Amino acid sequence: MTEFAIELRDVTRVHGSGETEVSALAGVSIGVRPGQLVAVMGPSGSGKSTLLQLAGGLDMPTGGSVHVEGVSLGEQNRAGLAALRRRSVGYVFQDLNLIPALTAAENVALPRELDGVKVKRAREEALTALREVGVADLADRFPDEMSGGQQQRVAIARALVGPRRVLLADEPTGALDSYTGEAVLKVIRARCDAGAAGLLVTHEARHAAWADQIVFLSDGKIVDETGVAPAADSLLEGAS
Amino acid sequence: MSIKYGLLALLEREPMYGYQLRSEFERSTGATWPLNIGQVYTTLSRLHRDGLVEETGESDEQGKVVYRLTDPGRTDLARWFTTPVTQDDRPRDELAIKVALAVTTPGVDARAVVQAQRTATVRHLQELTRLKAGAAEEDIAWLLVLDSMIFRAESEVRWLDHSETRLARMPRPPVRPAAAAAETTTQEVPR
Repeated sequence: MTEFAIELRDVTRVHGSGETEVSALAGVSIGVRPGQLVAVMGPSGSGKSTLLQLAGGLDMPTGGSVHVEGVSLGEQNRAGLAALRRRSVGYVFQDLNLIPALTAAENVALPRELDGVKVKRAREEALTALREVGVADLADRFPDEMSGGQQQRVAIARALVGPRRVLLADEPTGALDSYTGEAVLKVIRARCDAGAAGLLVTHEARHAAWADQIVFLSDGKIVDETGVAPAADSLLEGAS
Repeated sequence: MSIKYGLLALLEREPMYGYQLRSEFERSTGATWPLNIGQVYTTLSRLHRDGLVEETGESDEQGKVVYRLTDPGRTDLARWFTTPVTQDDRPRDELAIKVALAVTTPGVDARAVVQAQRTATVRHLQELTRLKAGAAEEDIAWLLVLDSMIFRAESEVRWLDHSETRLARMPRPPVRPAAAAAETTTQEVPR
């Protein structure tokens, strides 16, 4: 078995203290290997988004530890954390994903340029990433010249540009109609099949069903999980 | 599922014999509803009796009888396509009844029933999604059938999510003394 690309070990996140103490996550463990997509489902306030923020180092746990590509986030200083986030982790949100003043290619190249990669090289990487999500032809368009589904594909390209192999997605299909939403999920699935590790937060079972494993969160705890699904071949045999 | 209209619809394409009808039916619906050849011939003879299909008079090299649609058959089929399916001839929903009874039966943890069902339904949803991921884009009939099953499973999950929240907000139901010691998931469901 390969190592986890994203791992939460017995993670707890408590906000406030004493009387006003609220436990957003209470002892959650999740691991995502390269090539895997794990979906987290749960009602509002179940701790889904907190979990994703912790996985991306945007928030720190009050207990337990978070590891990204073998690095413990809690042991990093501020600069180290920022570098790790930029180098390893890509995000896709429901909206507000792209910078309106930049073209698709510029949006995708931006994190690489921030990482010190030369402009020409960053653009090449951006074009590769755009091609991988099937929107190479949109490279020079601005976000407002694209449909919602196209923008989300560009956001996925940006999340996985260059060496980044960890994709964190928070309701990435939220504002899209069901057909377009499904196309976005297919792209995420395909990128994971190509080796990325994906952690997807969604309240839609239909979208979670693209994942290898589905975890149900309620009141900050895992109440249920499907386990890792068997390989597609064995399913097809069962269905024929 | 009405085999009758399935066969009429296939015969609207072209005249066919029994085995051909069975394989075409399964191909069109992605083998979701396997038919046995006995069902096909029983239905064909009833359709023939009612004047909705007729024998073409030809037979293939093995001597199998070829059927075609009659005008009354065509009218009947057109009516079927334009009439919405009604809810009342679907079977009773065992799951809704089970959950409703779980709430009112002493010693049963309704939330555990809901969660166990949700895990099972989501797993089914994953299987359907994998079939869909593996299906060819041009196989539209099969994709439509899969989508239908996916949306139905999803709607069940949504209802279960909703029920879980409703149950979480409900005051704890009276627990039978014998079962009171057992914690949620380890409780046995009485038969």
